[in-house]
Amino acid sequence: MSTLLPFRRRAQAAAPDQAAGTSRMSNSDKFISIEGIARRYPAPGGKTTTIFQNLWLPMRRGEFVCMIGHSGCGKTTVLNILAGLEAPSEGAVIVDGQAIAGTSLDRAVIFQGHALLPWRTVLGNVAYAVSSRWRKAPKAEIEARAKKAIATVGLAGSEHKRPSELSGGMKQRVGIARALSIDPKILLMDEPFSALDALTRGTLQDEVRRICVETGQTVFMITHDVDEAIYLADRIVLMTNGPEAKVAEIVENPLPKNRDRTQLHHAPGYYALRNHLIDFLVSRSKTLRDAMPADYDPRHPPVIRPSLSEADAEAIAASTAPAPRRA
Amino acid sequence: MTRAINLRAGVLSLALLAAILLIWQVAVSGTGKTEAMDPEYAALMGQTATTGKSAMPGPLDVAATIWGHLKDPFYDRGPNDKGIGIQLAYSVGRVALGYGLAVIVAIPIGFLIGMSPLMSRALDPYIQILKPVSPLAWMPLALYTIKDSSLSAIFVIFICSIWPMLINTVFGVASTRKEWLNVARTLEVGPFRRAFTVILPAAAPTILTGMRISIGIAWLVIVAAEMLVGGTGIGYFVWNEWNNLSITNVITSILVIGLFGMVLDQLLARAQRLVTFPE
Repeated sequence: MSTLLPFRRRAQAAAPDQAAGTSRMSNSDKFISIEGIARRYPAPGGKTTTIFQNLWLPMRRGEFVCMIGHSGCGKTTVLNILAGLEAPSEGAVIVDGQAIAGTSLDRAVIFQGHALLPWRTVLGNVAYAVSSRWRKAPKAEIEARAKKAIATVGLAGSEHKRPSELSGGMKQRVGIARALSIDPKILLMDEPFSALDALTRGTLQDEVRRICVETGQTVFMITHDVDEAIYLADRIVLMTNGPEAKVAEIVENPLPKNRDRTQLHHAPGYYALRNHLIDFLVSRSKTLRDAMPADYDPRHPPVIRPSLSEADAEAIAASTAPAPRRA
Repeated sequence: MTRAINLRAGVLSLALLAAILLIWQVAVSGTGKTEAMDPEYAALMGQTATTGKSAMPGPLDVAATIWGHLKDPFYDRGPNDKGIGIQLAYSVGRVALGYGLAVIVAIPIGFLIGMSPLMSRALDPYIQILKPVSPLAWMPLALYTIKDSSLSAIFVIFICSIWPMLINTVFGVASTRKEWLNVARTLEVGPFRRAFTVILPAAAPTILTGMRISIGIAWLVIVAAEMLVGGTGIGYFVWNEWNNLSITNVITSILVIGLFGMVLDQLLARAQRLVTFPE
């Protein structure tokens, strides 16, 4: 496991009282706080299967958080609980100082399968969301807002097409426009690009990143794709395998906020981060579930802030030209 | 390509029609004078005996009858002699009433049952038992309780139309995609708005399929029901003409019943196309 060590464990290195100020968020920072949630299902023989339990996760306002883990670790369940579509068996989710109860227009969901209403046009789908948000708004205002959201995702001109006339990428754009059109406090995305081809996925990632940076949107996103997480996320939450999945660690993305997808792999720290994530998915997601470190505290999962690895440092030193850094 | 096929299919249809009419005409044409007989006796026996003419009318006879009906479809000369248009209007009116009532009852109830898995299971045995009952089996009960033959016929149409619509509405509503319902939930759409903006459009194609099955059954049943209750309607007309031994009129009504059944089916097919959405 020596390959993982370019990362310092801040929470463990520091004394507990100091750590509170650095790795733990103060209460005012916690825009969203997942507090000890669990999800259990009845299993045959009167037993219960615990997908996850005692799961704690704070999120800051304006933060882009990606959750990575293998199938069955309950990622989608976490997202559904955040959305209010499912209720946790235990625990609570606090958003902006209030425990959530059910779904809310403040938390918009971008569904994996776009979930557009096929009998409505692009405009109709987005306007449906807008009119749900502003019930008494005049029709012209609803249309104007919907058109603005459609233009934001680059679909101006396709307002009157039906979803069946759109490509997969365009459908997902409509899904994004629908979510953005209601000015949500939080955007929840459940593997939104997993059904798309690589080229389309890349373009949409750019779009989402641009929109989120521009609007300062708080985003929680589930993904399988390590590169997607590196490109989009400020922090990456790693889940161990299920059942009884845990938040193994929270990785702070060291890459600068202003990123360029095409130059990402030249950024210092990129490979260390990528290797760390892949190592986690390949082996540690399983070994950690079976044996968590003795000092593991589910209320404060270890926060890991990668610094330059030796390989990065060598690469920078060895290269004659300065490594392209985009600030 | 499709135009070419359509054209060829049309030509083939016409050729088949010509062939059928020709065979029909040949099959019923007379065999000529059969045997010499006393002229008075021959006059008494009619052409069937004297010239070997078939008792079955030929296409030309039927065409003449149809032309007669078309010239004056709405005459009314007493209870047993009304134009075919009037009889059809009675039948269509009964179907419209019974079927309309069934729509009003079946779709809202189907909606409620479909939204509740509990109701769906609780009511399933009733629906399963009542569905296969021939609608005419209800006739005595209807006559006994309603005490009006015309209303009883409408009731029979109602009871036979209700099941396919009810079952399809329940199925369509219950199988509304979870993700569409989740969209409505995340948008905090209230139950009424959700029913009309998500569930109804999602279930509409299935509901229309049920309505189309129902109108077919209703049109089948009205003929039989009117034969039983008598008085008016195309079913009564058929039975009356059978008692008159007017085979041309019986054949004419068969054609007219088929034609109107097709029109009703096509009307609903068109409505179905309006609500069907491609995915």
